[in-house]
Amino acid sequence: MSVIAGTSTRREHGATAASHLALWGWSLVVVVPLIWTVLSSFKTTSEILDSPLSLPAHWSFDNYINAWAIAGIGGYFLNSVIVVTGGLVLTMTFGSMTAYVIARFEFPGRGLVRALILGGMTFPLFLAVVPLFFILQQLGLLNSLPGLIVVYGVFSYPFTVFFLSSFFADLPREVAEAAAIDGAGEWRTFFQVMLPMSAPGLAAVALLNFVGLWNQYLLPLVLNTDQTKFVLTQGMASFASQAGYSVDFGALFAGAVMTVLPVLVVYVIFQRRLQESVTQGSIK
Amino acid sequence: MAPSAPPLSVGADQESRPQPSARPVVQTPGSGRARQGRGRLSLILVFLVLPFSVYLALVVYPFVQSAWYSMTSWSGFSPDQPFIGLENYVTLLSDDRFRQAVGNSLLLLVIVPIFTLGSAYALACLVTFGGRSVGNVQGIAGSRFYSTVSFFPYVIPAIVIALMWNQIYDPDAGLLNGLLRAVGLDRLQQVWLGDPLTAMPASIVVMVWALIGFYTVLFVAALRGLPLEMFEAARLDGAGRVRMALAIALPNILTPARGAYVYMGIAALDAFLPMALLNPTGGPDFSTLVITQDIYLTAFREGKFGLACAMGVVLAALTFGFAGLLALVARFTERWTP
Repeated sequence: MSVIAGTSTRREHGATAASHLALWGWSLVVVVPLIWTVLSSFKTTSEILDSPLSLPAHWSFDNYINAWAIAGIGGYFLNSVIVVTGGLVLTMTFGSMTAYVIARFEFPGRGLVRALILGGMTFPLFLAVVPLFFILQQLGLLNSLPGLIVVYGVFSYPFTVFFLSSFFADLPREVAEAAAIDGAGEWRTFFQVMLPMSAPGLAAVALLNFVGLWNQYLLPLVLNTDQTKFVLTQGMASFASQAGYSVDFGALFAGAVMTVLPVLVVYVIFQRRLQESVTQGSIK
Repeated sequence: MAPSAPPLSVGADQESRPQPSARPVVQTPGSGRARQGRGRLSLILVFLVLPFSVYLALVVYPFVQSAWYSMTSWSGFSPDQPFIGLENYVTLLSDDRFRQAVGNSLLLLVIVPIFTLGSAYALACLVTFGGRSVGNVQGIAGSRFYSTVSFFPYVIPAIVIALMWNQIYDPDAGLLNGLLRAVGLDRLQQVWLGDPLTAMPASIVVMVWALIGFYTVLFVAALRGLPLEMFEAARLDGAGRVRMALAIALPNILTPARGAYVYMGIAALDAFLPMALLNPTGGPDFSTLVITQDIYLTAFREGKFGLACAMGVVLAALTFGFAGLLALVARFTERWTP
């Protein structure tokens, strides 16, 4: 090996430098738009319109205050927190239960259940959205946060079941047997033995669901048209479209930054696990 | 993942013991067994039947209903839903706007995965074995930093991505034209999203930008899962980085790559969020209109619910056709590779 290394050291350095250059180039493409957005969120609208590359003359949080108060980002933010939390609790509770049953028990129709779960993940959401509108209308759940919570929960259910069932299937069978010998019933086995053991899988799926639900736009767009109940993504979209005329661009950028912040915080805290879970889930 | 072995485990003498049957719970004698049975029944009822029924009612049923509505001329607000057979589908055949939308969606289906997966794989290879090729095969210095940065767009809400890029593409106040002016390339300035020629490519750039990181991380994990000796052996045989990436690593990660392609394809066929948010009206001359956006306009702006459902069925058919085609290709390639 040392022979190879000796003959090609210079080429080695060149190639490594080229790798770094390519990776740096890509990192810049990712980071520059983000930095530009943050910088713009501190500029006044006239500064933004004057020159895209200038720095803010005064650093102040006025735009943030305006976006929060005038554009009502605060209320949308709260709605998002409520709906996403509710949907997440629903999907994780029932998703993990169903995944457990599918992974560990034989029962007639299991193949069909699996197929329907997989179908729910594959079918374009758009196909369901029109009839869903009328179903919710009949149930009186249209334009309401509880309705949105149920819809968020039920539409992330197939994803949750699909990924968690592989986690449950991988748990050693002997554990359930041992629990049964010790006299634990099925329910206790699930809640006190199996669920804690699959905590890494649960956390991973919960994170992916959080990101997906926080960013959800189509479902609230169609099913929640009451402006006071808008979630954050809707609020931002309507803020941006009112724009056009006399938009407060500074506040718009500030709103964008505020929308990203919660996800950013979750991402930074759980970054490693999130990346791991993306790959674990997809490679299986 | 490796959950720590629980203290309950009794699997010490596994080999001398016959493997338990497929049923997970060991046969316990007498009353315990009956209790187990009841417990399992209530468990299945609450864990499976209850949530799955709600799922059937709110997810599966709408899909089925959609197929029915697609054969009616229902406007969405009238109480009657006149059955008109396949008329909606015939209408779609000669609907220029819809045909353009299908064309645009198919274009995305081809272009977006090629650029996204190609770049993501290249980046993943640089991160995993772009490092010094002296001594052990290893990742490039700072590989964690690069993955973290690259992954980041995945967690940004689509609405913010669209909002940001809308501003970047702004002809006067935008970052892109601003940068072009700053380096003296004024002539390259464009009304990026307002010109039928550039609107689609500009939108594709945004989609690829948002997706690359996710697939980079996926490929990095797949590559890290390969045995190190394989790379060492290839290195000893004098394989360079490019040979390593294409001839050694790629054939061994075809399964995750195919999975990535299916996800990617489904996302590209949907594409509602980036497209509707970047170009709310379908772009200049409908040059960026995609099927999902056409469905939204047809159903909720024009009140033609029956027709919109027919579009949804066409989209579902395309999605399944695409996934099925890939499964077929997979079956053949598996048969022909040793």
